[in-house]
Amino acid sequence: MEYEPVIGLEVHAQLLTKSKIFCGCSTEFGAMPNSHTCPVCLGLPGVLPVLNKKVVEYAMKMAMATHCRINEMSSFARKNYFYPDLPKGYQITQYALPLAEGGYVDVETEAGRKRIGLTRIHMEEDAGKLVHDEHLPSSYVDLNRTGVPLIEIVGEPDIRSAEEAAAYLRRLHEILVYLEICDGNMEEGSFRCDANVSLRPKGQEIFGIRTELKNMNSFRNVQRALDYEIKRQEYILESGGEVVQETRLWDDTQGVTLPMRSKEEAHDYRYFPDPDLVSIRVDETWIREVEGTIPELPLEKRERFIREYEIPPYDAGILTTSKALAEYYEDVVKVCGKPKIAANWVMGDLLRFVNEDRGDIRTCSISAVSLGDMINLIEEGTISGKMAKDLIQDMYETGKPPRAIIEEKGLVQITDEDALTGIIVDVIRANPTQLAQYRSGKDKLFGYFVGQVMKATQGKANPQLINELLKKKLDQA
Amino acid sequence: MELNQLTIHELKEKLLSREITSVDIVESVFNRIDQVEGKVHAYISLLREDALRGAAGADQKIQEGAGGELCGIPVALKDILCTKGVKTTCGSRILQNFIPPYDATVVEALRRAGAVFVGKANMDEFAMGSSTETSYFGVTRNPWALDRIPGGSSGGSAAAVAADECIASLGSDTGGSIRQPAALCGVVGMKPTYGRVSRFGLIAFASSLDQIGPFTKDVEDCAIMMNVIAGYDPKDSTSVPQDVPDYRAFLNRDIAGWTVGIPREYFRDGMDPEVSAAVKKAIAVVEDQGARCIDISLPHTDYCVAVYYIVAPAEASSNLARYDGVKYGYRAENCRDLLDMYKKTRSEGFGAEVKRRIMLGTYALSSGYYDAYYKKASQVRARIKEDFAEAFKRCDVILTPTSPTPAFKIGEKTEDPLQMYLSDIFTISANLAGIPGISVPCGYSGRGLPVGVQFLAGHFEEGKLLQIAHNYERHAHIERRRPEL
Repeated sequence: MEYEPVIGLEVHAQLLTKSKIFCGCSTEFGAMPNSHTCPVCLGLPGVLPVLNKKVVEYAMKMAMATHCRINEMSSFARKNYFYPDLPKGYQITQYALPLAEGGYVDVETEAGRKRIGLTRIHMEEDAGKLVHDEHLPSSYVDLNRTGVPLIEIVGEPDIRSAEEAAAYLRRLHEILVYLEICDGNMEEGSFRCDANVSLRPKGQEIFGIRTELKNMNSFRNVQRALDYEIKRQEYILESGGEVVQETRLWDDTQGVTLPMRSKEEAHDYRYFPDPDLVSIRVDETWIREVEGTIPELPLEKRERFIREYEIPPYDAGILTTSKALAEYYEDVVKVCGKPKIAANWVMGDLLRFVNEDRGDIRTCSISAVSLGDMINLIEEGTISGKMAKDLIQDMYETGKPPRAIIEEKGLVQITDEDALTGIIVDVIRANPTQLAQYRSGKDKLFGYFVGQVMKATQGKANPQLINELLKKKLDQA
Repeated sequence: MELNQLTIHELKEKLLSREITSVDIVESVFNRIDQVEGKVHAYISLLREDALRGAAGADQKIQEGAGGELCGIPVALKDILCTKGVKTTCGSRILQNFIPPYDATVVEALRRAGAVFVGKANMDEFAMGSSTETSYFGVTRNPWALDRIPGGSSGGSAAAVAADECIASLGSDTGGSIRQPAALCGVVGMKPTYGRVSRFGLIAFASSLDQIGPFTKDVEDCAIMMNVIAGYDPKDSTSVPQDVPDYRAFLNRDIAGWTVGIPREYFRDGMDPEVSAAVKKAIAVVEDQGARCIDISLPHTDYCVAVYYIVAPAEASSNLARYDGVKYGYRAENCRDLLDMYKKTRSEGFGAEVKRRIMLGTYALSSGYYDAYYKKASQVRARIKEDFAEAFKRCDVILTPTSPTPAFKIGEKTEDPLQMYLSDIFTISANLAGIPGISVPCGYSGRGLPVGVQFLAGHFEEGKLLQIAHNYERHAHIERRRPEL
């Protein structure tokens, strides 16, 4: 039988607010354990949470960017469970009344564009971290992360393959990072994903029994885990078995999903409205205010690049993978006015440098102005494209603007007709045999002469000018 | 009269005229404590040295002509209020050594007003009880009859004021925990509107019901205390940003032309005849003062106790989850693993009544039961609120008994939780509706036990309560007795 996977993803994104969701502590990553804590996030007796307004605004941005409906009234609830990284014994989250509901994102797949629905986006607080001592039977609790704001983005079970899942995640990731509300760092856990997976016979309406996958901390792992899990469930169903509804962990080294130690039966989180917090009311004015701060999003930008700069969709796709790269590209175009040539240089040499060094476009030693100016130098004929290949390497290594390097190294292209004619005459004179052959009809030898001239000028001659003058001299009789 | 027997306003006069010093008052209070605390046991911890130092500081301020509203006045705090650097137990073994690194907002407010803290008053464990018998630190005795309970859960705060072991005190009221002990100890006790006083630093029992309020020797002192503790606090999202009137401005006014609602559901059989008689006399007093008493109905009254014992334990089961032995407080020894540590710590750290309520609340919130219990209770709670809203369209205030009986005997109801729960039958509704209430002494039983009358008003109408309570106090001519200790 042919099976169809049904996948729904839950994404947790840490918000980039300076302070925590319910207290004034810093959200900075990597500080000394428990140094970013206070009585509120430590859950001491008698303290009360106060909602950070920025968190609501950031969550609203994501909701708007994904076409969700923002509820005029939403509220917080408590999710009760015991764990040492959860100092209050409950997590403050949104349950019955989330901030936003019913949105979607469009993703590009091999089969074309597909729309994936979003059930809801809600705000909640992160838990702390346990550090287990390898030598002693004890664990340490670090509560720096406790109370760091999260949004949970719950997707509809609209995804039908691991590839689609990865595309969906990349899209969410891209939007979050574009909005500058999440740093998107999957290794540090700022962007985390759980997946619900089930299989059903193709054509069947009803969903099969699902498993929940956790512990996939990269896009690649999400795809691998889903591929594995789909095959695993397929094998069970094919052999007449039944999938067990359970939570499974992705094991990266073995490349398999394993049942999470069956510590207890299904949790009963005993959700109920948090009586310490009042309802969140979002009015039209606030919505408009936040709306005004939303930048152009990747998809729109991509379409605009194709339209405005007339570059191929592939180029537009690469150039808009990050807001910083897109901005860089647009700055280059602003300086040189040659969108396609700029695209080639940015996507080619420049990205190669940056990627090889695992660098960041924002701190790249070649500024957008420098690169644009380099393109201008080519266009002006001051340097040749070939020279530019060396020049950009120098620019990257030294961080100097192109004109400074040209001056230092005397790299200016020979465009003086008289000087070049002299060199050409010398070259023709030095190659009488080839000249005779050329004149007797071996046109291909023209290239040979160009090469000789280039060699004689150390590549500094303007190729167009060489062609022009050489032709004249060779054809002169 | 000894200084410790006087009211805040009487002492303030003497302090300002330099007739006495704050140190004199504090010494007088601690003399009294030395004499009677062994019998009453109103306190979990005493702050003698801090208080004397505070009093000296207050005297300095008074000399300089500075000093706040309560400058130099010895006040007791229920041990549910966090005090920076001072052990705060909440009456529980699980917090027996807990020292908060912060003050509750009300404690800060009292400090700013110059109050001197006498000690931390005894209470039912986590404020769960109506008799102060569930405290891990022993029972508080009613100063009027040492074999009887002082009421609860703020029994220590009430007994301390009644026994003149302080001048005034703070308690907290989740279902009657200020008003009921005030009635049983013969003092004035007010539960303000939910949101009127910040809950920051009040160790939570049931967050949607808890409210801090004062115990005082008379209504004027109650107004003075309210002036200090009421107000919006950015640290408590449920506190309300509404201006605080000068509550003293409501004193010495008449109530002619007022309508006082007498809810028929609060005057049914089963009530102690002596309580009934005393409250009926109170009705006559207010009528005498020109108020019109009318029969009203609060139709959902019968559901109050049931609703309360769903909502309060549900919230408590979550609020008390933080006491897990991981970060602070009591932790059991010799635990096999994490789960074992949780179980042992909480089994040993909490008393029977707290565990009973955690179980009740956990059950009420469980999946499959949530709709039938918690959700239904929330819906009925909304009806109870409506009852009051309707009633206050017809009357200015409502008058009821505070407690169905005077103080009962120690141990009398500990084996029967339901009987115990019913002692809050007249006070619970105000917490469910979020409205303010005040209990004022209205007489004595044949045994000489105090009886209280309760006034209730609409949200943020504390002024009205003080107006009628003060008027009543002045005209009821209740014999001023003192407990013999």
